[in-house]
Amino acid sequence: MMPAEAIVEARGVGKTYDGGVEALKDVSLALSRGRLNTLLGPSGCGKTTLLKIIAGLIPPSRGEVWVKGKKVDGPGPERAFVFQDFALLPWANVLRNVAFGLELRGMPKEQRDDLARKQIAEAGLSGFESSYPHQLSGGMRQRVGLARALAVDADIILMDEPFASVDEQTRRKFQEELLDLLRHKQKTVIFVTHSIEEATYLSDQIVLLSPRPGTVSKIIHPNIERGGRNPDEIRRDKNYLDVVDEIWQILKHYVV
Amino acid sequence: MTLFGKKIPIFFSLVIWFIVWELIGQAKLSTIIPPFSRVVVAGITILPTEKFSTAASISLRSFAIGMAFALVTGIPIGVMMARVESLSKILGMWVNIFVSAPISALVPILMAVVGIGETTVVVTVLLFAVFVIILDTQVGIKQADKSLVEMARSFGARRYQIYTKVLLLSALPEILAGVRLGAIRGVKGVVIGQLLIAILGVGELFELYSKHFLMEEFWALVIIVFMFAFTVSEAIASLERYVEYYASTR
Repeated sequence: MMPAEAIVEARGVGKTYDGGVEALKDVSLALSRGRLNTLLGPSGCGKTTLLKIIAGLIPPSRGEVWVKGKKVDGPGPERAFVFQDFALLPWANVLRNVAFGLELRGMPKEQRDDLARKQIAEAGLSGFESSYPHQLSGGMRQRVGLARALAVDADIILMDEPFASVDEQTRRKFQEELLDLLRHKQKTVIFVTHSIEEATYLSDQIVLLSPRPGTVSKIIHPNIERGGRNPDEIRRDKNYLDVVDEIWQILKHYVV
Repeated sequence: MTLFGKKIPIFFSLVIWFIVWELIGQAKLSTIIPPFSRVVVAGITILPTEKFSTAASISLRSFAIGMAFALVTGIPIGVMMARVESLSKILGMWVNIFVSAPISALVPILMAVVGIGETTVVVTVLLFAVFVIILDTQVGIKQADKSLVEMARSFGARRYQIYTKVLLLSALPEILAGVRLGAIRGVKGVVIGQLLIAILGVGELFELYSKHFLMEEFWALVIIVFMFAFTVSEAIASLERYVEYYASTR
């Protein structure tokens, strides 16, 4: 695969938390536009920290992040975040939750509700507009979280282990939907996971991070031929299995 | 409550106590306890009098103004204490002292400072109600889900939007609990304030009845004040239940 234009760039990013814990050290990387980029590593390697620095939610201690040619100094409309714990407003129904990003931008109610309804329909949640989060399953809640991120029409979707709290069937279904989404919309996805299989299956580029302090250990381009093949065939593909094995050979040294 | 395997309504226990009261009263054990039936009659006779309605409206006004001040100052102070660490360090100890301190003891000092009149009662209500509202608001905001705040920030929320659209709504069940407890204390504040001043509202009536040993009227007034406090508390509690319904998964 040809290296595409970088939409997100990290230059020498480091993060030391109050109390002296060094979470990230000198991370430099370039993430391509319109591709699915994964940050992969063992727990505590600072991958979520890195994602939140890119999101502008946490300031880096050292170095800088550039998004679409602009230095990041906070959250911005070109980035939308999908949270591991869904982060839905418990007092708001699905419609209002999906429209929440637009509400914060001051979009008039009718307009934002229209946009939200479209996203709800695309997420397969039609009929649940007036349900509350506690009435939904984990999988459905994450669909709401994803629909909310898509509703603001950001170029970059940042996903923090979005499928960690849903069951395996739902997880695989989500993976297919995510790939489908990328084929149809020109979104750049930055995806955090600790699952080697998930990273290999989904990604155009995998950034492998070493444990604390997190540094870039290796960058892998899986280059898996997808065209027309079903998920099970891909999972038996030699190339796929080789990449999984290659990552495991590196990661197993980090397991204590 | 169940009796002989049957569910009986809660007011039934009140009925039993009223019967006991009636019997003690009829037995003429003490002049302080007249029979319950005579208290009810006294209540019915004092309710329509002009003296009562004037007293009640003065008391209600002091209560309403004092509570309004308690809400307008208590909630913002609670929010700020939850968000600003240094403020919580400076004020936290004082709030905790005052929430349990006998405020009644301060009323005579208040009289010396702000004079003997309605203002003293209003300030008493404020002091009785405000600290528990501060404390509960602070707890509610502190317990608000951090990831909701982060979510709002990630979608570009401004600072005021984080307060109005996330933090305050998230803390609403705790804030309402504080307001309910504050209102109950506020009723106490009105009565105690007016009793100590003894020339105003319901307090004046209490003073009048006890001085002239009108025990039937005295008890009737106690019951009326109690019923008022109970109604206010139940009204806020029903609002709380409604809020908790949709905030049930926090």
